[in-house]
Amino acid sequence: MPSDTRPDFDRRTFLDTLLATGFVSTALAVAYPVSRFLIPPASGEPATASAVAGRASSLRPNSAAIFKFGSKPGIVVRTADGELRAFSAVCTHLDCTVQFKADTSQLWCACHNGMYDLGGNVVSGPPPRGLEKFTVNVRGEGDDAEIVVSRT
Amino acid sequence: MIREVIAWLDDRLDLTDVRHFVAEKGVPVHAQKVWYYLGGMTLFLLAVQIFTGILLLLYYRPSAAEAYESVQFIVTQVQFGWLIRNIHSWSANLLIGLAFAHFFSVFFLKSYRKPRELTWVSGIFLLFLMLGFGFSGYLLPWNELSFFATKVGTGIAGAVPTVGHFTLRLLRGGDDVTGATLSRFYGLHVAILPAVTTALVALHLLFVQRQGMSVPLGVERRLKPGERLRQMPFFPNYILREVLAWYVVLAVLAALAAFYPWELGTKADPFAVVPPGIRPEWYFLAMFHTLKLLPSHILGFEGERIGVVAFGLIALFLVLVPFLDRRASRGESSPMFTTLALVGLLYLVSFTIIGHYAK
Repeated sequence: MPSDTRPDFDRRTFLDTLLATGFVSTALAVAYPVSRFLIPPASGEPATASAVAGRASSLRPNSAAIFKFGSKPGIVVRTADGELRAFSAVCTHLDCTVQFKADTSQLWCACHNGMYDLGGNVVSGPPPRGLEKFTVNVRGEGDDAEIVVSRT
Repeated sequence: MIREVIAWLDDRLDLTDVRHFVAEKGVPVHAQKVWYYLGGMTLFLLAVQIFTGILLLLYYRPSAAEAYESVQFIVTQVQFGWLIRNIHSWSANLLIGLAFAHFFSVFFLKSYRKPRELTWVSGIFLLFLMLGFGFSGYLLPWNELSFFATKVGTGIAGAVPTVGHFTLRLLRGGDDVTGATLSRFYGLHVAILPAVTTALVALHLLFVQRQGMSVPLGVERRLKPGERLRQMPFFPNYILREVLAWYVVLAVLAALAAFYPWELGTKADPFAVVPPGIRPEWYFLAMFHTLKLLPSHILGFEGERIGVVAFGLIALFLVLVPFLDRRASRGESSPMFTTLALVGLLYLVSFTIIGHYAK
């Protein structure tokens, strides 16, 4: 009897849809909080404005030192003629930490051979842009004078 | 779409066996079939535990200096962290409650009788593992209550004759409960226990699939010779009912997690005085209270030692139940084991309640 099969079919479709809607809603109700949970909350640490990079007297000409600038490394360089310069030590290519090469007086990233000059500009290699430059001040006098690095 | 994917897979992997299994798997229909749902509900909560546990691992730090702070961070800073942590805590308790209910239903229905002895044995070990999960997980937030409860709990392990001191040092990672204990309990909770549990659950389910559902002794005995019980197809009839049960569990879990947040308490301080009313989680209360009631010496032996040995013997007895209950294995009714199960149930319930209200 064709007239009897139609309502049955409709009921089945209705129930299937209801069931599928229920399952999909459950999945969404689980997926939403989980996806929010996966995103780490913004760190409570405020962006660092300045940091002490060590004693001025301990840094000889044509040498450099790594220091902590907030949660990231910075590098302070004393050039051959005695000038102090500071940069973010985070290579702009893939976040490796750069080092000072005394023989060529350049900043070098060991990961992919990125080379920067002492102005922070890219000389060769893959880095897309220069290192972030910081402002250097010397606080105090004599042997105890501190190198203070601040974001410009 | 789904049909096409299945056809594609069938073409390559030959799913004939799977199709036969899906089509033929049945569940016996009788008055006591409601008990069949408990195992599946416990399994569902185990999945919830694994899922939320993995999520908590993203932020939790297992060290005495950072554990408490990291849990605090999860429940206050991470979005929905409070929800994930509350669900993990509540689900753990519901899981152990359901596992006990599953255990007693199988005990009373004598489903452990031949040929399902090994299913029972694997199940008993899973129950012990769940208690191990509860005990090790309780310490991880490194709060005052869990710190002292772990001191007492591992101290009880120290009362085991001859191997006691060795076990205590093995559990604590030293003579005292310290950060070393936390590291051990963490490793136990997230690596060792899950590995063993996964293997045992797989075995437990394999046994159930191979043998099908057990029919209660009483129902089986009432069958006329040659008569067979009506079967319900597992797919989709039974599984949809099971999913409904899971939804009920999920609803209860979500309500508990949303309205009754799990306390974090204060950070553990090894040099603080023990706060009054220190007691373990409810599922250890009966055992805890029993040990409290024992006199300090029984027949010249330390009371605690006698208690611990007795619990060990009870555990051994539970493992051996299907081999000891000869009558049930022969298909005869065995009132003695029904009585034992009843006594066990009454003991657990009454001592848990008394332990809860005792000073």
